[in-house]
Amino acid sequence: MRRRLVASPGAWVVWGAVTFFFVMLAGVIFSVLVSSFGRRWFDTWLPESWTGQWYGQAWREFTLPAVLVVTIEVSMLVVLISVLVGVPASYVLARKKFPGRRLLYLLFLLPILMPPITYGIPLATVLYKYGFAGNMSGVVLANLVPSIPFVILTMTPFIEQVDPAIERAARMCGARTWQVFARILAPLLVPGILAASILVLVRTVGMFELTFLTAGPDSQTLVVALYYTMSAAGIRAQQSVDAMAVIYTSMMLVLLVVALRFVNPTQLVARVKEDVD
Amino acid sequence: MTEKTALRHRLAERGVDRQLLLLLPALLAVLILFVYPFAYGMGLSFQPDEGGVLGAYKNFFEDAYQRDTIWTTLQLALPAAFLNVAASVPIAYRMRGRFRGKRLLTTVLVVPITLGTVLTAEGLLNFLGPTGWFNRALLNAGLVDAPLRLTNNYWGVFLSLVITGFPFAFLLILSYLSGIDPTLERAAATLGAGWWPRFHRITLPLLAPGLATTFCLTFVLAFSVFPSAILVGDPAGSTRVISIAAYHAAYEAYDYSLASAIAVVMGVVELAVVAAVLGVRSLFYTGSTGGKG
Amino acid sequence: MTWLRIKSVTRRFGGKEALSGLTLDIEQGEFIALLGPSGCGKSTALNCLAGLLPLSEGSIWQDDQRLDTLPPERRGFGMVFQSYALFPHLSVRRNIAFGLQMRRLPRAEVRRRTDEAIKLVRLEEHATKLPGQLSGGQQQRVAIARAVVLEPSLVLMDEPLSNLDAKLRLEMRTEIRRLHQSLGLTTVYVTHDQEEALSMADRLVVLRDGRVQQIGTPEELHTRPANRHVADFMGYRNLLPMKVTAVTPAVVTVEGAGLALQGTAVGTLAAGDEVVAAVRPEDLQVGEGGVPVTVEVVEYQGRELAVEARTSQGTMLHLRAAERPAPGDRISVVADPARVLVFPA
Repeated sequence: MRRRLVASPGAWVVWGAVTFFFVMLAGVIFSVLVSSFGRRWFDTWLPESWTGQWYGQAWREFTLPAVLVVTIEVSMLVVLISVLVGVPASYVLARKKFPGRRLLYLLFLLPILMPPITYGIPLATVLYKYGFAGNMSGVVLANLVPSIPFVILTMTPFIEQVDPAIERAARMCGARTWQVFARILAPLLVPGILAASILVLVRTVGMFELTFLTAGPDSQTLVVALYYTMSAAGIRAQQSVDAMAVIYTSMMLVLLVVALRFVNPTQLVARVKEDVD
Repeated sequence: MTEKTALRHRLAERGVDRQLLLLLPALLAVLILFVYPFAYGMGLSFQPDEGGVLGAYKNFFEDAYQRDTIWTTLQLALPAAFLNVAASVPIAYRMRGRFRGKRLLTTVLVVPITLGTVLTAEGLLNFLGPTGWFNRALLNAGLVDAPLRLTNNYWGVFLSLVITGFPFAFLLILSYLSGIDPTLERAAATLGAGWWPRFHRITLPLLAPGLATTFCLTFVLAFSVFPSAILVGDPAGSTRVISIAAYHAAYEAYDYSLASAIAVVMGVVELAVVAAVLGVRSLFYTGSTGGKG
Repeated sequence: MTWLRIKSVTRRFGGKEALSGLTLDIEQGEFIALLGPSGCGKSTALNCLAGLLPLSEGSIWQDDQRLDTLPPERRGFGMVFQSYALFPHLSVRRNIAFGLQMRRLPRAEVRRRTDEAIKLVRLEEHATKLPGQLSGGQQQRVAIARAVVLEPSLVLMDEPLSNLDAKLRLEMRTEIRRLHQSLGLTTVYVTHDQEEALSMADRLVVLRDGRVQQIGTPEELHTRPANRHVADFMGYRNLLPMKVTAVTPAVVTVEGAGLALQGTAVGTLAAGDEVVAAVRPEDLQVGEGGVPVTVEVVEYQGRELAVEARTSQGTMLHLRAAERPAPGDRISVVADPARVLVFPA
């Protein structure tokens, strides 16, 4: 309430903790970045000499272009499908009261709440049984499990804050249901849909477990390919793993910068609606 | 004919009409891709090759190597979630107002969330390793005699959980805090309450439900720890978490029944913790907090 | 006897003065209303007084003690907020007891005084409810009880009635005045409703753009507004830009916009000055030999009729009539020179 220029001890502790966290974070990121450009880096502060060769190697040997294409295709498909499926559902959840609504909400909440491994393993088994796993359709289907509920949980509060009187007004002006959707609701919902899409995109690109469990050799996304090269350490030079990690990070950062133009940072984390009824 | 119309009216009265069809795709997706596989897995878990209906569960609980993974996971996830929430509260409380650079700060905090566990693991190996910058700085400053062992053990995984989990907890708590009407604290001040009573009698009780929710979500995140437990941890020993056990059962031992049983146990343990926290939460006031949140 | 002294208090927000040089002496037991349109600085003044906003300049003194350097919790004032700011997680009783507990009073005394306060605002049946379960008027009463239970040396009220409907607003007005009289509390009350301020306060402070326009009793402000802005705020709906044609010690004669009037000068005026003539609608009457006007709109308002009429040159006049004229009627309007105030433009 009262701003003082001389900070209290409490403030020092708080800012100290924040600074420590950021030092750790910067250390984590920059050590990967520096390593990816270093030729040899053992018992010294910085590598002996610099090189860009690891990037070239990553590009050629890890079939990076193919992996990137898969990553983009998978995430775009997941975004598209989860928005198409999720938005109508959240409209109903936001606007209508009907028996079983709470139960349904809980059902949509569960896939977000459960660790991906718990349903990922049986899901992968089922997908293998019907021949979906090991290719891209399996990866997309598996990633839809948390994405559709995520769109629903993001969009429901968004639709709720659109005044229902606007829809009624449109009806009184003679608009039919589809006209209400197309001419009134859709434009109003664009910001929400955009935000939800970007959030799903970020989460899908970063999703490890589900993709890991369902992907075949040709359907790995970047994060899974990265994991494989990392756990196969010893075969590859560590620097080339680092180079790949940097590529992954820059991709995420670009996404992040785009995302933050449309959503605030808190939304990236979660947007859980508190009370349902 | 008239009866049919009447029924339709009665249903519409209760909110059942054709609009509900819009729910169908989402419902089908969740049923087919989540509920059915889960039920299928549960079925598998009760049909082991040997040992009867509960054979797989018996295997899991009788084998200390498997059973202890529950404890290992909780030992990682509970302290990590607790630390993340506990550290976030004072920091978020101090930063709940407007100040210059707040947007930048929150933006930087999102970075580790988007980095994902794999990159964080790689960075931790480099940064905290025996010859990494962190140990080098400690050695040069004379704080330690030999490099601290911070990777390939419990601490490596714990730190990776903090790095990804803290921003998550912080941003959530910050949004809960900004949902509390600031005039409530002003009112308390005019009634003679200093900063500590203001915090622990007004803000904290109003924040408590949000804290419980944040704890649950952070815990869920930490509980499903998988890649970092392998990459920066000691996956055969001190950080053999339950998801590793499930993965090994499925993809190395090819014992799908055991893998499904472990997955079920994992889900049950997690939901039990979440239910316990939410149970405590229901003891608090959970209504409006007067703010815009 | 002056008890609280506010000395040229100024508050700036980013270089812009929201309140400039407010100086005011308050006596014990007085009911002061800060009155003005939104953005005039009245809430800023109240928050400065409460200690919720630091001052940019000036000082506040209680007897010989300087107050403006103390944090809000050490000033010993009570405050009623516009949004009530009731603690949503505490029952009515615990909301009211909060301040007493902060003062570490013995439990028995807390209980006794809380009970008294609950009784005072007639909420006995609702004492265990949470604020969310109460109606607006009840919440309002809790907020007042919470502030007055401490027997504060000064009660600050920030538009406490603005969230209530019209009927409740009237009731609560009387209630607050009754509490003020029975407890003898010194009160500073912020409002934008002139009727509310006039009916409740012992003295009014009219603010505009952060500056004091006039300080006075309700009667003074009502009959002798200091300038045209105060007049506008006090219900002088007819503000006519005119020109002075003649000045005598008793009356000034003004002309313009197709009509001529006689009025009382506020300040010194000379012939040829540009002025604003201010008249209340109730001081303009239908009568012989006045200004000819054409009736345009007639509204029924209970005992009287509100009439809007236009002069031949198109100037709109607001007046009251006892009998219903029809739109289009030509009538003649007169005014008592003592009730026509002429301000320099």
